[in-house]
Amino acid sequence: MTNLSLLILLPLLTALAVLFCRDNKQIRLTALVGSLFQLIVSSSILFSYFGERAAGNNSQMLFEARYTWYEAFNIEYYVGIDGISIAMIMLTSIIVIAGILISWNVEKLPKEFFFLLLLLSVGAYGFFISLDLFTLFFFLEFAVIPKFLLIGIWGSGKKEYSSMKLALMLMGGSALVLVGILATYFNTDIGNSIHTFDILKISQQHISIEAQRIIFPLLFIGFGVFTALFPFHTWAPDGHSSAPTAASMFLAGISMKLGGYGCLRVATYLMPEAAHEYSWLIVLLATIAIIYGSFATLMQKDLKYMNAYSSVSHCGFVLLGIGMLTKTAITGAVIQMVSHGLMTALFFGAIGMIYERAHTRQIDQLGGLLKVIPFLGVVYVIAGLCSLGLPGLSGFVAEMTVFVGSWQRPELLNRVATILACASIVVTAVYILRAAGKTVMGPITNEHFLHLKDAAWNEKFASILLIVAILAIGITPFWFIDLISADTQIIIENLTRGIVSK
Amino acid sequence: MNTDFFILMKSELSLLFIIFLLLFIKVWGGIKNNTTLLHFTNVLLLINLVLGFFWNVKGELFSGMYFTNDAISLEKSILNFGTLIISLQAFDWLKTHKHLLEFYILLLNTLLGMFFMISGGNFLIFYLGLELASIPLASLVNFDLEKRKSSEAAMKLILSSAFASGIMLFGISMLYGTTGSVAFAELPKLISGGSLQMLSLIFIFSGFAFKLSAAPFHFWTADVYEGAPVSVTSFLSVISKAATVFVFISVLSPLFINFQNSWYLILFLTIVLTITLGNLFAMRQNNFKRFLAFSSIAQVGYILLGLSSGTTMGTTASIYFLIVYIFSNLGAFGVVALVSSETGKENITDYKGFYKTNPVYSWVIVLSMFSLAGIPPTAGFFGKMFLITSGASKGNYILIVFAALNMVVSLYYYLRVVKAIFIEENETPITKLVGSVPLKLGLIICVIGIIITGFTSGLYQYIMACFKF
Repeated sequence: MTNLSLLILLPLLTALAVLFCRDNKQIRLTALVGSLFQLIVSSSILFSYFGERAAGNNSQMLFEARYTWYEAFNIEYYVGIDGISIAMIMLTSIIVIAGILISWNVEKLPKEFFFLLLLLSVGAYGFFISLDLFTLFFFLEFAVIPKFLLIGIWGSGKKEYSSMKLALMLMGGSALVLVGILATYFNTDIGNSIHTFDILKISQQHISIEAQRIIFPLLFIGFGVFTALFPFHTWAPDGHSSAPTAASMFLAGISMKLGGYGCLRVATYLMPEAAHEYSWLIVLLATIAIIYGSFATLMQKDLKYMNAYSSVSHCGFVLLGIGMLTKTAITGAVIQMVSHGLMTALFFGAIGMIYERAHTRQIDQLGGLLKVIPFLGVVYVIAGLCSLGLPGLSGFVAEMTVFVGSWQRPELLNRVATILACASIVVTAVYILRAAGKTVMGPITNEHFLHLKDAAWNEKFASILLIVAILAIGITPFWFIDLISADTQIIIENLTRGIVSK
Repeated sequence: MNTDFFILMKSELSLLFIIFLLLFIKVWGGIKNNTTLLHFTNVLLLINLVLGFFWNVKGELFSGMYFTNDAISLEKSILNFGTLIISLQAFDWLKTHKHLLEFYILLLNTLLGMFFMISGGNFLIFYLGLELASIPLASLVNFDLEKRKSSEAAMKLILSSAFASGIMLFGISMLYGTTGSVAFAELPKLISGGSLQMLSLIFIFSGFAFKLSAAPFHFWTADVYEGAPVSVTSFLSVISKAATVFVFISVLSPLFINFQNSWYLILFLTIVLTITLGNLFAMRQNNFKRFLAFSSIAQVGYILLGLSSGTTMGTTASIYFLIVYIFSNLGAFGVVALVSSETGKENITDYKGFYKTNPVYSWVIVLSMFSLAGIPPTAGFFGKMFLITSGASKGNYILIVFAALNMVVSLYYYLRVVKAIFIEENETPITKLVGSVPLKLGLIICVIGIIITGFTSGLYQYIMACFKF
C-alpha cells in the first residue's frame, strides 16, 4: 500500500462514487468508508516509512514514482514523501474523516457537498506528495474552487462576498506562485539548456542570487496568502466565518497548511540565499500577524470570527518559525502546522455543533452549556486549552519549539519578535478563557438551551479522533520530532549552504 | 493537372462538393424535412472531418500560390471539427428555420475561404480567401431575419470588416511597392527593414488584429456577437478567430523576422491592452453573449502572449490552447444556444437558480467557465499554463506577472456566472430544458474534451510533431 498515487485516486474515486449514490444514507456511508480507507492508506504509508528508515534507507524521498507528463516542457508527474509530507498527509486524512462525520446531517444538496469535500482532499493530498513544481501548482489551484462552492452554496451570513473574496485572493496568491515557479523553471539548466520543474534537482542548482531576490518574494507571498500572511490575511476571517462547519475545518485545518508547506518546501528550500536576505521581513510580518491576530480576536463577539482571527495569529507562528531559519524553529513550524490544523478543526467542529443546537454564535447570548451538553462543552474547552498552549496538548509542544528555535537567533529584531510572540500567548489566554468561561460555564442564559441534546455518535467520534491526535502529539512529541527532524536537517543544510556561498 | 491536385486540395474539394450538393438539394427541392436535412448535413460534415486525417501530403500547386503540409492539414481539421460541433449545437435552432440550406451553404463558403487563407502561398490568394471568409459571414450574422439587432450587427460587421480589409490591402500594396513580390516564400528575404515596410507591417497587423478582435480594434465584437444568432456567434468567436491565428502563425510571424524588436513591442502593447480592456468590459456585461464576446477578447490576448515568444513552443501552445478554447467556448455557447432558442433568455441574471432546474446543463456551463478561467483540472488550465510558460521564455516577467494577475481578474467574472447558477436564488428560474440528441452529443464532446485533453499529453505531442518541419 505504499503507492502514493492511491492517495489521489482513492478520494477521487470516492468522490465519483458519491455522485452515483441514490439516497442520503448511501452518500454519507460511501464518503465515510472512503475517508476511512484514506486513513488506512496514510497510516500504512506512515508505518512503511518508519520501516524503511529503520532499515537504513537514507534517500531524501521515499516511495517515489515518476511518469513523464508533458515531455516538451519536461513536466513530470513526480511524487515522493519525506517525514514532513507524511505529517501533513496524516493531518489531512484525520481532518477529512472528522469533517465528513461532522457534516453527517447536511440536508441541502448532500451529494454535491460530499463530492466537493472529497475533491478538496484530492487537491490537498496531491499537493503534499508532489515533487514536481508543475504538479504541485496543479493541485494547489485544484483545491481553490471547491472552497468557493462550499462557502457559496452551503455557507451562512455574507457568503457570496466571502466566497468571492476567498477565491480571488487565493487565486491571486497562486498567480504569484505561478510566476515564481516559471521564473525558477527558466533559471534552471540540467544540461543542453533543458529546464526542470523537479524540486530535488532544482535544490541542487545554484540559481543566481539576483534571480533569487526576485523569485523568493513571489513564491513566499504567493504561498503566504494561503496561510494568511499579514497583510494578505483578510480572506481568512470572512471565509472561515461564512463557511459551513466542515468547510471551515478543511479551510483552516488543511488549506492554510498548503501555504505553510509551500513556503517551506518551495520558497525557503529552493531559494536559500534569498531566504536569508528576506528573513527579517518574514519575521516582521509574522510578528505583526501574531500580535494583530490576537488583539483582533479579543474584540470579536462571534465564536467563529474569534477562531478565524486566532488562526491568523497561530499561522503567524508557522511563518515565524520558517522565517527564523534555525532547525529547531523550522521543526516547530511544522509541528505548529499539524497542531494548529488539528486544534482549529476541533475548534470549528465544536463551534459548529454548538451553533447547530443553540442557533447562535454570539458569545454574549451563550452560557452554561456545560450543564446541558457536557460533552460538547468539554470538547470546546479542550480545543481552547490547546489553542492557548497548555502543556500536554499539541499547542504547547509546537509553540515552545518555535520559541526555543527563535531564541537561537541573537539579532535584536529576532529577539524582540520572539518576546512579542511569547507575550501574545497571554492575550490568547485572555480571549480563550473569557470565551470559554462565558459560553461553557456560568448560568444558562436562555431557557431554550435546557432542551439541547448532547453530541450524537458521529460528532463524538469526530471529536475524539481529533482529541486523540492532539494528545498524541502533546504527550509524546518525540516520535513526531523524530519523524520530521531528518528532513528539517536537509532543509537547514541547504540553507547553510546559502550562507557559506555568500 | 494530375492526381496530386486532388489529393493536395482534398479539404477544399470536399467542402466544395458538399456546398454544391446542398445547392442542388435546394434547387431540386427533394428533401423538405428539416430534421432529415440536418442529420444528412451533419453526416457529411463528419465525413469531411474524417477525410482530413487521411492522405495528408506536403506540396504546392499553381507555382507556389497554394501549399499544404502537416501543420496546415491539422489546422484545417481543427476548423472542420469546430464547425461540426457548432452544426450539432445549432440543431434546435435550425430545425424550424426556413432557410436551413442557405445557412449551411454560407457557413461552408466561409470555411472554404478560411482554408484558402491558410493555404495561400502569396498575398493574392490570401486576400481572396479572406474576403470569401468575411462576406458570407456578414450575411450569416443577419440570419435571424426578423430581428433588427441582427441586421444592425451584420451592417456593423461588413462595414468595419471592409475598412479593415482596406487598411490591410494598403499595407500589402506598400509591401509590394518596396519589394516587388507578394509571395510569402520570397518576402522575408526581401524585407530589409525600411520605414515604409515598417508602416506596412503596422497596417497588415491592424487588419489581423481586427479579425482577431484584439484591442484597440475590438469595438465591433460585442455588438456583433450580441446581435447575431447564437450559433453564428460561436462560429465567429471560435472558428474565425482560430483561422486568423493560424494565418498569423504561418504568414505574419515569419514575414517580419527582420523587425523582431518592434514586432515584440507591438505585440507587447497589444497584449496588455487587449487583456485589460477585455477583462474590464467583461466584468460589466449582463448579456451572456456580450459577456463571452469580451471574455474572448481577453483570451486572444493570452494567445498573442504565446505567439510573442516566436518559438515552436509558443506556436504549439497557441494551437493547443485554441483546441481547448473550442471545447470550452462551445460548451458554454451550446447551452446558451439551447436556452436562447427555448426561452429567449440571454442575460446572466436569468440564469439564477439554473442548477435547481437543469443540473446537467449547469455543470456543462460551469465546467466551460472553469476551463476558460484556466482552473485545474480542466484543459483550460493546461492551455493557459503553456501559453504563459512559452511567453515567459522571453524573460519579460512584467508581462508574465501582468498576465497571471489578470487571470485572477477574469476569474471574478467567470465566477459571477457560477455564482448565479449555483448560489443565487430566483423565483422564476429557467424551466427544465430538453435538448435534442445532436445538441447533447455536441455538449458531450465538449465536456469530454475539457476533462480529457489536459491529462493526456498525446494531443500536445501530436501538434508539436505536426509543426516540426
